[in-house]
Amino acid sequence: MAQMTMIQAITDALRTEMRNDDNVLVFGEDVAKNGGVFRATEGLYNEFGEDRVFDTPLAESGIGGLALGLALQKYRPVMEIQFFGFIFEAMDSVASQLARLRYRSGGVYQAPVTIRSPFGGGVKTPELHADNLEGLFYECPGLKVVIPSNPYDAKGLLISAIRDNDPVLFLEHMKLYRSFREEVPENEYTVEIGKAKITREGTDISILTYGAMVRTSLKAAEQLKKDGIDVEVIDLRTISPLDVETITKSVKKTGRAVVVQEAQKQAGIAAHVIAEINDRALLYLEAPVGRVTAPDTVFPFAAAEDAWLPNENDIVGKVKEIISF
Amino acid sequence: MSAKNLEQIEDHFQTFQILDEQGHVVNEQAMPQLEDEKLKELMFRMVYTRIWDQRALSLNRQGRLGFYAPVAGQEASMLASEFAMDREDWLLPSYRDIPQLVWHGYPLDKAFLYSRGHFGGGQIPEDCCAVMPQIIIGAQCTQTTGIALGLKKRGKKNVAFTYFGDGATSQGDFYEALNFAGVYKAPAVFISQNNRFAISVPVEKQTAAKTLAQKALAAGIKGIQVDGMDPLAVYAAAKDARDRAIGGDGPTLIETLTYRYGPHTMAGDDPTRYRTKDLTSEWEKRDPLIRFRIFLQNLGLWTNEDEEQTVAKAKEDVALALKRADEAPKQKVSDLLNNMYEKPTQSVREQLAEYREKEGK
Repeated sequence: MAQMTMIQAITDALRTEMRNDDNVLVFGEDVAKNGGVFRATEGLYNEFGEDRVFDTPLAESGIGGLALGLALQKYRPVMEIQFFGFIFEAMDSVASQLARLRYRSGGVYQAPVTIRSPFGGGVKTPELHADNLEGLFYECPGLKVVIPSNPYDAKGLLISAIRDNDPVLFLEHMKLYRSFREEVPENEYTVEIGKAKITREGTDISILTYGAMVRTSLKAAEQLKKDGIDVEVIDLRTISPLDVETITKSVKKTGRAVVVQEAQKQAGIAAHVIAEINDRALLYLEAPVGRVTAPDTVFPFAAAEDAWLPNENDIVGKVKEIISF
Repeated sequence: MSAKNLEQIEDHFQTFQILDEQGHVVNEQAMPQLEDEKLKELMFRMVYTRIWDQRALSLNRQGRLGFYAPVAGQEASMLASEFAMDREDWLLPSYRDIPQLVWHGYPLDKAFLYSRGHFGGGQIPEDCCAVMPQIIIGAQCTQTTGIALGLKKRGKKNVAFTYFGDGATSQGDFYEALNFAGVYKAPAVFISQNNRFAISVPVEKQTAAKTLAQKALAAGIKGIQVDGMDPLAVYAAAKDARDRAIGGDGPTLIETLTYRYGPHTMAGDDPTRYRTKDLTSEWEKRDPLIRFRIFLQNLGLWTNEDEEQTVAKAKEDVALALKRADEAPKQKVSDLLNNMYEKPTQSVREQLAEYREKEGK
């Protein structure tokens, strides 16, 4: 075991799979000699050489098309979109090409492509870097969307993503990259895609969340404990496909739920999670399902981030409101 | 760069021609090395495809086919270039490029299934190195670069060919693909079939550039403009591009000057709204079948009997393929759900159960 930050765990996962499988290729902007702008691919170029770790010209759509073509030559491409706000440039290559390849070919072809991309607020980036655009991809049949909240899950989920024979969007919250370390096994292991994790057990209310909001929700839960409210926190880990079993089981147990996301109210997946609860556990609910989200503006300019991002107090307030409904 | 320099560069892209409109060889030293049988085979494919295209138009009008983009006029551009491909070269067509797919090993009945919007049309047989026809203009270009790079990494002596129209050269993906392929010296051949109209918009409104071929310059790769109604020139240019790609000299952009006699697609396009009958007749005089027929007849390689046999064979094959397409199982929602993921997700599983129940009734 070693103490790793999330970015180190990500690099470790990439190294592990590159050693395991010669078909794994890592490419994108600045990923080779430079090791990526966040150093996620640090050391890979030196270990595996330019044939397997290479820079691309600066064009995101081209990167997506390249990945699809390489996948058709039986490679396992791990492409990096330098910041998730740039994904709009690759919208066709991801949403209409990679996500649809299996369907369009009637199951003959597949795109075992991992799309890694940093996102998330709180690090004061310029515009169109941090945007929470995961909801757009939840709505793309054929894709999977994974968002780890900690180093251990990041390594295990990334290894699973690379081994998956369907395209996986792997979103790395920038605020989590170096904010804490935890024990991460140095050997290989996987965390199953599509499985949520009960991060904190509780009996009074379920918080369903993902990404950086997991830590914020855990802090809120500790605060609520002082008020005698026993909160269960579910880290969704994969937002597409949603682990409806774990969500439903928890909600049936507690009878109350709040969905917490960093994305705007009209974005993200909160609305979809609530719809699943309505479909599967409505009669177990003691109160309407609450939502803590960012407001419906464009992702904010850096100086407005602190005021805009949902925080611990927002969660505490919403939980109390739902508890006292 | 001065205006004069630009003109000099543009003048560099002269149309490459071997066979003129009257079937005369005008560029003897560029003649490709093709045996008599190969020359006959190329003519066979062009005539056969013309007949199949005519049949497809009437079948479409009878409601027996779905989406169809006519190909008459573009046979040399399509088939003489595909003729330069090895069986294990990869083909990435647009939705009009069904003939290349078929001559690359994709069964004709699948072409009809594709036209009808049946998922069987997308199931490319294992021994056919090709990707399904692309709808998004230019998207196949970046994928071609990826396949070509993969072939190079695998050490294969094969090339990726892609086809798109004049309109596609306005897309970012077109330029990104050329640029990436240039950087990686990927063995790719990009064929822009300039049929002068992107649906209705004339090529003069796509670009101020005098040729599409010159767009290769900005990516640092070779570009050539070819008489797309001349099968020998198209073949020679494609063969040369392939040889250089295999030899490690990187990708080529080929612009073929061609024309589609029919509408953009059979879904209601009316070409008289955007081009004159005179223009169409002018291009019909350059017809690839006419000039190649004269050329072969002069060599004693093509007789009226050959022509009649080809027409009969095409009609017979179309009828048979249509019969096979008619026999394809009715498309079910459960088939589609099964093709979403390698292992169905819970949501897909639930919906599969729901639709299987409906389909069982």
